[in-house]
Amino acid sequence: MSEPILVFPDPPPALLVQTLDLGGYAWKAVGNAAIATANETTDGWGGAIIAADTDPEGALSLCRTLRKRDAVLEPLLMLVTGAQLGELGEREDLFDDFCLTPFHPQELEARLRHLMWRAGRGSAPELVEYGDLMLNLETYQAGLSGKPLDLTYMEYELLKFFATHPAKVFTREQLLSRVWGYEYYGGARTVDVHVRRLRAKLGEEHASLIQTVRSVGYRFGQTRAF
Amino acid sequence: MSPQLEYVLRTVEERGVRFVQLWFTDVLGSLKGFAITPAELESALEEGMTFDGSAIEGYSRVQESDMLAMPDPSTFEIVPWRGDDAPVARMFCDIQLLSGDAFDGDPRNVLRRNLGRAREHGYTFFAGPEIEYFYFRSATEPEPLDHAGFFDLTHTDIANELRRRTILTLEAMGIPVEYSFHENGPSQHEIDLRYTDALSMADNVMTFRMVVKRIASELGVHATFMPKPIAGAFGSGMHAHLSLFEGDVNAFHDAGDPHGLSKVGKHFVAGLLRHASEITAITNQTVNSYKRLIAGYEAPTYISWARNNESALVRVPNPKRGKESSTRVEFRSPDPACNPYLAFAVMLAAGMKGVEEGYDLPEEATNNIFEMTPAARIAAGIDLLPQSLAEALDVMEESELVADALGDHVFDYFIRNKRREWNSYKEQVTPWELDRYLGSL
Repeated sequence: MSEPILVFPDPPPALLVQTLDLGGYAWKAVGNAAIATANETTDGWGGAIIAADTDPEGALSLCRTLRKRDAVLEPLLMLVTGAQLGELGEREDLFDDFCLTPFHPQELEARLRHLMWRAGRGSAPELVEYGDLMLNLETYQAGLSGKPLDLTYMEYELLKFFATHPAKVFTREQLLSRVWGYEYYGGARTVDVHVRRLRAKLGEEHASLIQTVRSVGYRFGQTRAF
Repeated sequence: MSPQLEYVLRTVEERGVRFVQLWFTDVLGSLKGFAITPAELESALEEGMTFDGSAIEGYSRVQESDMLAMPDPSTFEIVPWRGDDAPVARMFCDIQLLSGDAFDGDPRNVLRRNLGRAREHGYTFFAGPEIEYFYFRSATEPEPLDHAGFFDLTHTDIANELRRRTILTLEAMGIPVEYSFHENGPSQHEIDLRYTDALSMADNVMTFRMVVKRIASELGVHATFMPKPIAGAFGSGMHAHLSLFEGDVNAFHDAGDPHGLSKVGKHFVAGLLRHASEITAITNQTVNSYKRLIAGYEAPTYISWARNNESALVRVPNPKRGKESSTRVEFRSPDPACNPYLAFAVMLAAGMKGVEEGYDLPEEATNNIFEMTPAARIAAGIDLLPQSLAEALDVMEESELVADALGDHVFDYFIRNKRREWNSYKEQVTPWELDRYLGSL
């Protein structure tokens, strides 16, 4: 997985840096939510590790921002001191797992690996799940409610891109360059054609997974009720 | 190996696909193919499969009969009618000579070549056909389902069931359907496909005809794309909605024009009109096609264009407000018995000629065209479409445009083959003649 992991605070604890580097994780330190947004690549963050021991206020506020977005940032691992454990109780929604700090590098790495696997970002069977939709990135197979979906290669690639980037709006040009990856002669209309083909194959019930965002492009995912 | 090839191989393995059908089209527009096993697939994808081209209409002269079918992995689909226990997949193929050069007689190659020319001008060609066809009780008599009981289903039940299964199958194969409805004729139906690039659309039309016929036969019914199966009833057309895009922009749209049609769009229509007679043998390739192109059944007869006239050859529908990208022109002469690759190729060539040479768009046809005397029509410069296959072939044979669009191989074969068809028809004495002349002469 190439998307970097967001790390707080900036600079991060030296032992954390060492653990991530040894584990081969790409990461980037940020000091607050604004910097987190500014530094985010179009693929988004690959996850987050928030150390709450030195600046608990800043850490919690950053967690809240990252988890409230349309594209919820996950997995999110918090590093807390023993004294902070009691405060976690009412904030279950803000993180996916936590680790006591000072931490043991092997424990942190094991937790991180497990979190990444569960989020479909790990190296173990690469599964992407979204509601009834399941993609196995290793075998190129897609399924809907347990039934295989028969897709052409480009339909599969497009669906994979959507399912791994839910809730984000992409323009046709972005999709063309990210999914097709070269100047495809059909131009951006190609994207519309493939979206229609995908919707047809997803069937009436699931066609709305790919939403048209008027005069912008497309977004994948259930419509969120606000 | 490219990820696309890997995808195909892996899917065949994961889904337990038993056979992969390799599909291609002969010059006359019939779907051809052979099946290979998964064991042969990898080499087929990389090196192509050798087959004997001399058995295919319009393919090879005997001395060079071995050819290569190169599967196009982007067209890989599991065919939905075989069920999940022994899945079968298909790919369309491009045909090559053993030397690896593209084969001139392959209709897919003809269309590719014409699309390439449009692309040199910066255009992508999109097409969306409306395909009409009939369901009959058998392949020997044009007996509509709407008459007489049919098993224990009423005709509406069976028609609904046929349509439901057809559309579900098409959508499962990635062919989105825009509308479908019962047409004017007895047992006549129309299914409109959503526009896509012309090469995919020609593949889609081939798949469509196969799916419609197959599902009909599952229910013991015969589906036909014959242009005019019943005298005195409406015929089956394949109106083609055409547009050119420059990247993301519809080159036919101009917000400044009162009707929203750009200069490019007008030149394109002018090209279609000026060369309409030359391309008619391709868009209407059977003797029977010309029984459809007569007045009184909403089929075009005169070479004219209009915004809203069901009998004009080219119709320019007004795009919906806010839907400028849907600006298009509708060419109404083609019938569903055509070879879609060749038909799209010559329509594009005619339209592009108009764009390249900047042809002027003639006056829009008004209703009184159909009330004018023949002399007045000639004075107004309004021509008739060819009246028969023979006439259409005469005009085509003189056409530089069509020869250039099709290439010598297809052009020569087509003329030869269709002259034979016409001669064979000419030898017939029809029931109409017996009825008309036997008693009185």
